[in-house]
Amino acid sequence: MNKTWKLAAAAALWGTAVLAVPATAGSLDPSSVSARPAPMVVAQAGAAAPAAHAPGAPEAGHGPEGGESHGGFPPFKPANYASQLIWLIVSFGALYFLMSRVTLPRIGRILEERHDRIAKDLEEARLRQAESEAAHVAYEKALTEARGKANAIAGEARNRLTAETDANRKALEASLNTKLADAESRIAATKTSALSHVRGIAVDTTNAIVTTLVGAGAPQQDVEAAVDAALAAKSN
Amino acid sequence: MTIDPIHQFEIQRYVELLKLSGVSVSFTNSAAFMVGIVAVIFFFLTYATRGRTLVPGRMQSVAEMSYEFIAKMVRDSAGTEGMVFFPLVFSLFLFVFVANVVGLVPYTFTITAHIVVTAALALLVIGTVIVYGFYKHGTHFLHLFVPSGVPAFLLPFVVLIEVVSFLSRPISLSLRLFANMLAGHIALKVFAFFVVGLGSVGALGWLGATLPFFMIVALTALELLVAVLQAYVFAVLTSIYLNDAVHPGH
Repeated sequence: MNKTWKLAAAAALWGTAVLAVPATAGSLDPSSVSARPAPMVVAQAGAAAPAAHAPGAPEAGHGPEGGESHGGFPPFKPANYASQLIWLIVSFGALYFLMSRVTLPRIGRILEERHDRIAKDLEEARLRQAESEAAHVAYEKALTEARGKANAIAGEARNRLTAETDANRKALEASLNTKLADAESRIAATKTSALSHVRGIAVDTTNAIVTTLVGAGAPQQDVEAAVDAALAAKSN
Repeated sequence: MTIDPIHQFEIQRYVELLKLSGVSVSFTNSAAFMVGIVAVIFFFLTYATRGRTLVPGRMQSVAEMSYEFIAKMVRDSAGTEGMVFFPLVFSLFLFVFVANVVGLVPYTFTITAHIVVTAALALLVIGTVIVYGFYKHGTHFLHLFVPSGVPAFLLPFVVLIEVVSFLSRPISLSLRLFANMLAGHIALKVFAFFVVGLGSVGALGWLGATLPFFMIVALTALELLVAVLQAYVFAVLTSIYLNDAVHPGH
């Protein structure tokens, strides 16, 4: 998309070179074109004149001293401008091409990949964090539920045990009461039977005492009557 | 030994390639350094990013930092639309930067100490501004010279000033770099000649030669700063000028 203006910019640079070439052409001394190491002197006053036009206007490059290939101030010698410009265009053009096509996309890709990777990792970390938070919430919920259930189970067990204990106690009490009643009735019966034997024993004892004291037995009816009278008096 | 601080700027023709109507096109020391600089830049950046590692090593960091440094510079001055010029500014910065720094090494040639080179680079920038400006905005590009909100009676003067300031840009852009490189190298060479000259006198001369020697050390550090700074200034000004091509309205 930017082809057009790039081409135009390249054309502008070429134009500079083309303008510079005629400037060097007129002032060249053919005999001194070869690479002769020149005895140098410090820049002469003449160098100032090319200095004024050199940056902006190479087309006006007919400086008084500029044409000589030896002597003079090297940066202001138009004879060398063509070589420098053409090699600048070649080398800088190559650099621009290599940078824009090869190197910068390459570094850009590295940076982009790193950026993507970091963004991805951050995203994943965020996901993991959300997951762990959800797990934590689920754990808390499960814990609460389990605690509630445990409480319910414990309560139920307690109630059941209480009921069982109550029932056992009641059954025990009932059986104990029954046994107590039995025992009491048995005691009463024993007491009654024992008491019924008392009269016979008393009669016999009385008989024996009377016989021992008097030496002769008393009539049975008298003894019994006396014992009955004594018992009646005692029981009253 | 002749005192000649200018000799270092001499163009030496190695091979004459062609000769058109008296104009010689040769492979010179300047050309050799230009080609070498391009090769150094390209091979360094390619070698530095060979691993394409997620966590960059030292060299890959240098490549990435230069990329992000220039990308930020262009985006800050010319906006996102200005990023079409990112390869141009990146190439210009690295070319000038490596040329300046390589030129500080003794016995090397400094291509940016030649006005024709810096002028061509400056004209490339301004030419790009003009061509892209007219291509993108048509005649609206001329609004660059007509600021809004200026009273009518002042407008001719303002337009004149704007035009002059626009035209002076390539001159200042090229002369700044050229003059800095030239002056620095001449100063270094002059002090170096002092050392040699005084050193040949005798014992007292040796003593006296230490002063310019330390001066050279200090100047070399200063020139390194200037070399880096001028490359940076060139790139920043290029970004700012290119902003006019992208956004001609003030």
